Amino acid sequence: MKPLLSIQDYKAHFYTRRGIVKAVNGITYDVYPGKTLAIVGESGSGKSVSQLSYLGLLPAPPLKIMGGTVQFEGRDLLKMKEDDLRKIRGDKISMIFQEPMTSLNPYLKIGSQLIEPLVIHRKQNKKEAWKAATQSLERVGISRPSHAMESYPHEFSGGMRQRVMIAMALTTEPKLLIADEPTTALDVTVQAQILDLLKSIQKETQMAMILITHDLGVVAGAADEVVVMYAGRVFETGSVDDIFYRSEHPYTRALLRSTPRLDKLEKELPVIPGSPPDLIAVTEGCPFYERCSYQKEICKTEFPKESTLGPKHKRFCHAEKLS
Amino acid sequence: MSIHYVLRRLAIMVPIFFLVVTLVFFMIRFAPGGPFSSEKSVSPAILKNLEAKYHMDEPLLSQYVRYWKDLLRGDLGPSFKHANRTVNEIIQEALPVSLELGLLALTWAVVIGIAAGGMAALKPNTVYDYVPMAFSILGICLPTFVVGPVLVLVFGLWLQWLPVAGWETWQDRVLPSLTLGFAYAAYISRLTRGGLIEIRGQEFIRTARAKGLTEQEILIKHSLRGGLLPVVSYLGPALAGIITGALVTETIFNIPGLGRFFIESAVNRDYTVVMGTSLLYFTLIFICNFLVDLVYAVLDPRVKYV
Repeated sequence: MKPLLSIQDYKAHFYTRRGIVKAVNGITYDVYPGKTLAIVGESGSGKSVSQLSYLGLLPAPPLKIMGGTVQFEGRDLLKMKEDDLRKIRGDKISMIFQEPMTSLNPYLKIGSQLIEPLVIHRKQNKKEAWKAATQSLERVGISRPSHAMESYPHEFSGGMRQRVMIAMALTTEPKLLIADEPTTALDVTVQAQILDLLKSIQKETQMAMILITHDLGVVAGAADEVVVMYAGRVFETGSVDDIFYRSEHPYTRALLRSTPRLDKLEKELPVIPGSPPDLIAVTEGCPFYERCSYQKEICKTEFPKESTLGPKHKRFCHAEKLS
Repeated sequence: MSIHYVLRRLAIMVPIFFLVVTLVFFMIRFAPGGPFSSEKSVSPAILKNLEAKYHMDEPLLSQYVRYWKDLLRGDLGPSFKHANRTVNEIIQEALPVSLELGLLALTWAVVIGIAAGGMAALKPNTVYDYVPMAFSILGICLPTFVVGPVLVLVFGLWLQWLPVAGWETWQDRVLPSLTLGFAYAAYISRLTRGGLIEIRGQEFIRTARAKGLTEQEILIKHSLRGGLLPVVSYLGPALAGIITGALVTETIFNIPGLGRFFIESAVNRDYTVVMGTSLLYFTLIFICNFLVDLVYAVLDPRVKYV
């Protein structure tokens, strides 16, 4: 199967007064139609920036794209003119964000925000778009959709607003949905509903999904493939099983160990010693070097090359087989 | 917006109005001097006659009651200083002039201020930001008595495009309204810039971009409404202030407006005119703030008056 989105050695840095923040420092992976790819990592690991940046959703400057390619349906998004990129945003590639409370415009009716993608990209008139948008609200499980169209965002709860965001992202039937921490701000019960909703829609439409999250529980429940990011680098990629049961990267393993599990009750959760590196000071070496229990001399100066462990499973690490 | 809200709002005005009348009435009378004390040699007999004519020989409390009785009939009384003129007449003549001048000044202040502030907000920290904001600092710092004469000098005397004084033709309106509106335009441009920059940092603007809206659509549909709310709140008090507080501009351009009565009456202890102008200012402030609240509820759906 051909990938829908193919990211190759992509780098995006911020030029700030303090120095160059290497937020995305050479990442490579593919996203396939009908599949969900989860990007996992701590805050500040570059998960969000790695997606928002190539879509032109971050202010440039300070952002500067430093190299690589981001091929979507065979076209390099990085080489596109802003107006062509704009026509892809909200049409073939849609996004939903972390904060449903602030991601909708509080001054406008839900309906008038919901119809925008259809009016802009499908050139529908307002009446047609209104009808279609009402149906999409129904699809995400909002009762009394015509009433909801006439309401304002503040009249809805967080979970309902996230449903509205999803409906809005799906009106144009995108090929790719990028969900940036879509459940982080929601109650646990609502989280599960939203993830189920996303999965069922994906099944229907065969859209690809990139799920940005720091919650390994979400990954286990919703993803097909996983990319583990740290300090702007990809450390390990693989299927969910590869990552959860056959991980061969010291960071992934440390991350998994520090996650509470129901089947292994421990008195104290192990933590990863130290803290993530300052992204201004990162060197050519492995950014996890200082916190790693498998560190070698070479890790200091050289970032490891990709090594293949299985059909999907790849890692970037100098260490021998992990114990 | 319910009828209950409007009624409650009006009801609140009653005690405040009572308070304003009472406070101003006694404060101005307790101030040293009186309406006839500045005149040089008024013989005791004439003074007695004057005081009798204006009921100043009565006890203060009965004067106060008398004032209320007249006020409730809509009569603000005779001026103590302008012989044969009532306060009602003074306001009727001067208020339309001040109203026209103030509205003109504020209109162009809003147009220029929003345009300049909007330009600055769209390209912050560039020349499109620095130039209008430098002008804005200038507008806030330069007093009217500098701006007015400079405009008169350039457009009136050197270029001879516009008249330098008077209040007859439309050309007469240009320089005074520019002079009066300059500081307001400066302030509005700052409020616009701040409000828009704040809004454009909100997450829903990123959502709008992610939906593929053009920058123009993002500005007009998603940014202006919230971004201009600070300007709207400012416009209420600004309107009341600009109508009543144009003394310097009115003096420079010799315009028969209200401004001078505010100052003159206080200095002259012209009791009834002080009362009349204070009550007018209070009423204007009340009406303007009420209008602002109404507009606010239209602009921001989260604001509900019940």
